[in-house]
This record gives sequence, C-alpha cells and structure tokens, in this order.
Amino acid sequence: MFEALFQYVNHNLIKNYMEYGADASIVMASLGIVFVLTYFKKWKWLWKEWLTTVDHKKIGIMYILAAIAMLFRGGVDAMMMRTQLAAPNMHFLSAEHYDQIFTTHGTLMILFMAMPFVVGLMNIVVPLQIGARDVAFPYLNAMSFWLFFFAALLFNISFVWGGSPDAGWSSYAPLAGAHYSVGPGENYYLLALTITGIGTIATGINFLVTILRLRAPGMTLLRMPMFTWSVLVTTVLIIFAFPVLAVALIMLLMDRLFAAHFFTVSAGGLPMMWTNLFWFWGHPEVYIVILPAFGVMSEVVSTFSHKRLFGYNAMVVSLVSIAFVSFLTWVHHFFTMGAGAAVNSFFSLSTMLIAVPTGVKVFNWLFTLYRGKIEINTAMLWALAFIPTFTIAGVTGVMLAAAPADYQYHGSAFLVSHFHYALIGGVVFGCLAGLYYWWPKMFGFTLNERWGKRAFWWFFIGFHVCFFPMYIVGLMGMPRRIYTYPAGLGWGPLNLIETIGAYAMGVGFILMVVDIALSTLHREQLKDVTGDPWDGRSLEWSVPSPAPEYNFARIPVVEGRDAFWMMKKGQTQRVDQSETLRPIHMPNNSGRPFLIGVAFFVAGYGFVFEQYILAIIGLLAILFMLAQRSFEYNTDHFIGVDEIRHTEATAGRL
Amino acid sequence: MSMSLDVHGLPQSRVSNTVETPLEFSTEEGSLKIFGFWAFLAQDMILFATLFATYLILHNHTAGGPTSKDLFDVKGFVIETVLLLTSSFTCGLATFEMRKGNVKGTIGWLMVTVLLGMGFVGMEVSEFIHNVSIGATISRSAFLTGFYTLVGTHGSHVSLGILWMILIMIQLWRRGINAVTARKVFIIGLYWHFLDVVWVFIFTAVYLTGRVL
Repeated sequence: MFEALFQYVNHNLIKNYMEYGADASIVMASLGIVFVLTYFKKWKWLWKEWLTTVDHKKIGIMYILAAIAMLFRGGVDAMMMRTQLAAPNMHFLSAEHYDQIFTTHGTLMILFMAMPFVVGLMNIVVPLQIGARDVAFPYLNAMSFWLFFFAALLFNISFVWGGSPDAGWSSYAPLAGAHYSVGPGENYYLLALTITGIGTIATGINFLVTILRLRAPGMTLLRMPMFTWSVLVTTVLIIFAFPVLAVALIMLLMDRLFAAHFFTVSAGGLPMMWTNLFWFWGHPEVYIVILPAFGVMSEVVSTFSHKRLFGYNAMVVSLVSIAFVSFLTWVHHFFTMGAGAAVNSFFSLSTMLIAVPTGVKVFNWLFTLYRGKIEINTAMLWALAFIPTFTIAGVTGVMLAAAPADYQYHGSAFLVSHFHYALIGGVVFGCLAGLYYWWPKMFGFTLNERWGKRAFWWFFIGFHVCFFPMYIVGLMGMPRRIYTYPAGLGWGPLNLIETIGAYAMGVGFILMVVDIALSTLHREQLKDVTGDPWDGRSLEWSVPSPAPEYNFARIPVVEGRDAFWMMKKGQTQRVDQSETLRPIHMPNNSGRPFLIGVAFFVAGYGFVFEQYILAIIGLLAILFMLAQRSFEYNTDHFIGVDEIRHTEATAGRL
Repeated sequence: MSMSLDVHGLPQSRVSNTVETPLEFSTEEGSLKIFGFWAFLAQDMILFATLFATYLILHNHTAGGPTSKDLFDVKGFVIETVLLLTSSFTCGLATFEMRKGNVKGTIGWLMVTVLLGMGFVGMEVSEFIHNVSIGATISRSAFLTGFYTLVGTHGSHVSLGILWMILIMIQLWRRGINAVTARKVFIIGLYWHFLDVVWVFIFTAVYLTGRVL
C-alpha cells in the first residue's frame, strides 16, 4: 500500500514537478530577458554591439558567458546526481531521469562548458598577445560562435521538448542506435554536437592562421607567450581530431534515421567501430581542452612569481609531444574490448608515455615558482591548486593505463574520479585562473579578491571532499552510471561525503557569481587604469583595459620573449608614441553569422524530429547565406586617425 | 615571401618584391585566405580518411547481399575517372588564364570544368539509381552503407564545388580579374584538385580493389 503510494508519488508527482519546474524556469528566464531588454530599450544595442559583432574580444566574452551558464546547468545536473546517490536506495530521481542527467551533464560540461570557456579565452587573449588587431577571419569567428550557441540551445531544449539523450556522453552503439534509443533524445545529441563541431573546426583553422601569420614584427615562434603556444598546438589537434567526430556523428545519425548499418549488430555493422571513432576524437579532445589550461597556468604562475617561465623550450617540446602522442592512445578507453595483449600493451605504453612530457610541465611550473617573488591572489590560487590536483589525476591516469589492472577499474567510480580530477582540477581550475587573470583586460576592472578567495576555498575543498572518496568507493567496486545502490556494501558513508563536497562546490560557484555581481556593481573602485594591473609580461598588458576595438594603435616591435616586460625594464624600445597614427583597417559587423546559426538550428531541429521539409529549408537557407557572402565585396572599413586619437586619449594614452 | 603585417598593421601595403607576387597572393587578405583554405583541406582530408577507413573495414561485411564484384561496373567508373581527371586539367587551365589576366579564357575553362563535373555527378547518380533498382540500397548491408557514404560524400563535395564555381564565374563576369576574384579562382582550383586526388584514392581503394577482392 505504502509502496504503491510511494511509487505513484515518485513517478507522477516528483517527475512531473521536476519537468514542469524545468519548463517553467526556462520560460520565466526567457520572458525575464525579453522584458528587461524591452523595458530598457536594449534590443538595438544588443543587435548592434553583440549579436552582429565580429570583434574577437566581444566574441570571447560571449563564449565565456555562455560557458558559465552551461557550468550552472551542468552543475545542477551534478547536484541532482549527487543527491540521488547520497544514500542507498534513494528515489529522488528515477533510473530513466538519472540516465538522462548523467548524459547531459557529461556532454554539456565537455562540449558546451569546457570548449567555449577555452575558446573564449583564446579569442580574448591570442590576438592581444601576438600584437594583432583581430583574428585572421573575424566573420568566420562570429560564425563559429553562433554555431556553438545555437547548438547549445538545441541541446538544452531537449530537456523540456521530446526528452534528453540517455545513452551516456560517449553515446555507445548499439545502445544509442535506433533500436535501443527510441525517440528524439539521441538525435538531439548527434545534431547539437555536429553543429558545434563545425564551429570548432572553423575556430581551429582561424587561430592556426592567426598565430602563424599575424604575429607582430619580431615575434618569432620561440618568442610567443606560452598561452599562444598552447593554443597553436590545440588548433592542430582540433583540425586533426574534430573531423573524425563529425563523421562518426553523421554515421550514427544515418544509422538512426536512414536505416544504415555502420554500428548496428545486424547486417554486418560494427558497434565497436563507433567506440574507436569516438575515442579517436575523444582522447585528443581531452588535450584540446587541457593544453590551453596548461597555457594559462604558465602565464599566471610566471606573472605572479614575477619571474620568467622556467624551461620555455622544454615547455614547447612537451606541448608538441603530448599533442602527437595523444593520437596514439585512444584504445585505453576500452581495454576491455579485448583487442589482445599486443594491442593493449601498445596503448598501455603510449598512455604512460604521455606522463613524461606532462611531468616535465609540472616540474617547470614548480621551478618557475622556486625562488620567485610569489604573489597570492585569486588567479594564483586557482593556478596553485591546479598543480597538486592535476598531479593526482596524472598518477591515477598511469594506474588506469596499466591494461591488466584496468580490467578492474574499468567502468568504476575510480575512473569517474580520475577524469574529474583531470577536467575540473585541470581545465576548470585553469579556466577560472584565466578568468580572474584576464578579467580586467576584458572589462576594465579587476574582480573583488575577498569574494574571489572565498569562492576558491569553497570550490577547492569541496572538490576534494567530493572526488577523493570517489576513488576509494570506486576501488571498493562501485560502478559508474548506476542510479542507486543497495545498503550494506559500505558505500553509503563515502557517497554521503561526496555529496556534501558537491554541495560545497555549488556554494563556491554561487560565491563566484556573487563576486562577479559585486565587482560589476563596484567597478569604479576596482577600475584598472593602467592596463597592467598584475605587472604583466606579455603584450596584452601593454594596451588599455578594456582593449580598444583595434587593440593596438601602433603595432609593437618585439625583440624577445616576455616582450612587454622587456619594454618596461628598458631592455627594448617601447612603442614610439610620437610616431604618426595611420587609419586602421577593420572588418564590418554582420548579422549573417547569427542568421546562419538560426538556419543551422532550424535544420538541426528538422533532423531531430525527422521533419525533413524543415531540415531542407534550414539547409537551403544556409547555402543561400553562404552564397550571399560570396557576393559581398564591401566587407571592411577604416577607423580614422581622429577616432583613434580620441579613443587613446580617453584611455589616457596620449 | 614575407607574410607579416607592416609596422602599422596596414593591409595591402606589402611591397611587391623583385619577384612578382601572383595577384591572388598580392593582398594580405588573399594570402591569409589561401593559407586558411589549405588548413580547411587538411581537415577535409581527415574527414575522407575516416570514411575510407570505415569503408575498408566494412568492405566484406556484405550480409549476404551484393558484393563489390557484383556491383562495380568497369566501364562506368573508368569514364567517371576520365571525366573528373580531365576536369582537373581544365580547372588548371582556368587558373593559368587567370594568371595571364584573360577573363574570357578563365570563365571559358571554368565552364568546361563545370560541364565535366556535371557529367561526373550525373554518372554517379545513375550508378546509384541502378544499384538501388536491383536492391542494393544503403540499408542492405554494412558494405553498402560504407560505400554510399564514402562515394556519396565525394559526390556531394563535387556538386557543391559546381555550385560554388558558378558563383565565381558570375563574379568574374561582373568584376573581371582583380585581387579578390583571382583569389577565389585560385581557391576553387585547390578545392577541385583536392577532390580529384580523393577520387584517385576512391578509384584505387574502392573500385579497382573492389573488382579484385
């Protein structure tokens, strides 16, 4: 009787309550945004200043805002999972809901949080660090952003419209095939990832060309700041890894929609081929997000140790070798496939090999700190927390790389903890260090240190409280992706501790948002008037904060590493302020990248629900707009000398 | 050739050296876009490499359906090959005429390229239609899934290339040969030759091998 009542409440009330809650909150938030924009008459401003912009700094800011929003959404998913697992036999979520939530959590955090965060930092920083006025292809850059944005939108509406994907973020076949994943959920995953993947490939090409071709005179490759180096290597990884994902996604989509047989069990398909293709992208993808975080680390550690980066050349060599070896390790994600001793041994060794260049980097950061004049602030705290946390990830990674032992760890909570140490301890800590470090360059004021440090401690301690017990419970045999577990296995207490840690991380996130809100409110007191709040070393600190639209009124000449530091120390010439200004050539804004994003959304939606007329309309609209662009010849303008002089004078530079 | 901006970051201010820079490379924008397109081709190469790998693995997974020996028609794919290889040559002639500054010659050879490309696509479509009519559809077996996807992806690349080439011909007609249109002719040439190279691999790894193994 009670059981039946409980089941009824569980299945109808809680589930519906949650779904309606999600629906209602999305509708309310959208209405709220519309109301605010209309009330303050900001529609035109939004369109002119943001939606049509091709300025790499604004695009970077939009990427990061979107990433923080997705961090929130993915974080709520995580909280719900941790609540469900806090004790044995919980019924907070149903099995079905739990599957959807761990799938969307993983997908969102990797593709729609880590990726845009990293790409956002690249956008803001790279052109400024190399002394360029924008990226090589600003219009394409805007397109990349809008493809990401509308892909994220498409993925997020799945929760309230048709059902979320529930086959895991790795979406293994045949589970994700038409036979076992009925309904549009899996289609959402495939289409959203395809669309954002196209944008990412374009970003890879864009930044490769930018870094190789647009560096200021004198900035040889071995004079580039380490963040720029990490981005250069990342772009190569993107160009070689993302097409594999795109192809795999389209193949699975064809299996689902057109009864093709790539990964089916019948008619000769090979389900394990999906696993191979997915991880052939998936492993380099880990480095696509972690290498830029390494780059941020190098910048932050060197700046706040007030020392040159130790072992610059070794850092470059290790970046390149990590990137190379990352393409040779994908099978370690499924040693249990049973490829045989020889194959598993090869992938075991190649995986362990990656620990060598990674270790080189860790030691270089430590030696940079050694005898430095260390300054502790929020950015530096995130960077310092990165080193031990990421090292634990590395050590457990080597444990997992031992193929025979992996048969024990595979699919356990131990693995889940390992990659969270890598992706939170590495990527998120790195990105947050970057956010605090470059915030003044983005907005012209620094973030409040007191709240920043509070946020850091809550998040950092919460992280270890959440994930360290997960290693132990994993070794005790707890598998991943189970929605509940029986009492009496001894997992309960550790899981409860994990949940407490997760909530502490949530508090940390809220405190960070509070920090951003308060600092924005008090931005006049926190104003960065010098453009160089941290006594920085690279060129982005030589321009005013926030950087003017054209970045550099006069392009600097670089004569060594840490170009701006050398100028400040009088070792090299500063930019000659008396030199005559010349008009600056800049790209025009355009609304088309936004509209192309909309068209991709329409096409994607059409494929998700197999409404092919809609899909074809979307695809034709894309082709039409690409053709329109081909006929566009007035694509840029000049900023006059008077305007430059006025802007520079306002920033106190004349 | 030096590719950096001058000290003031002005585009189009690169001084042409004693060795004459081709028109399509003469502006900063032109040389950036050509380099960017090479990077695009690199990712497209990976895309095709993935499709090739998949096809080769699935080649014998015919699930009791038609095999490559049953389906591939020597005469048909040889003619397709001749058409596409010739079109690559005529596309090269178009670039050659563009370098000489001859608008009509450029458009003319591009037109020939488009017609040859259409012939190629037409033959491929009829091959597919014939296969489907005898029951060799994409859902018949994993082999056919891999085959249609690989060859079809190449075919749709060629079709998009044809549309793109027509857009460029219209622009050449309206604007003549200048730094921008020259760059566009050069880039579509890169794209077309790349598709030709991919076809050489399809010819060898899919059709020739498929007749034998």
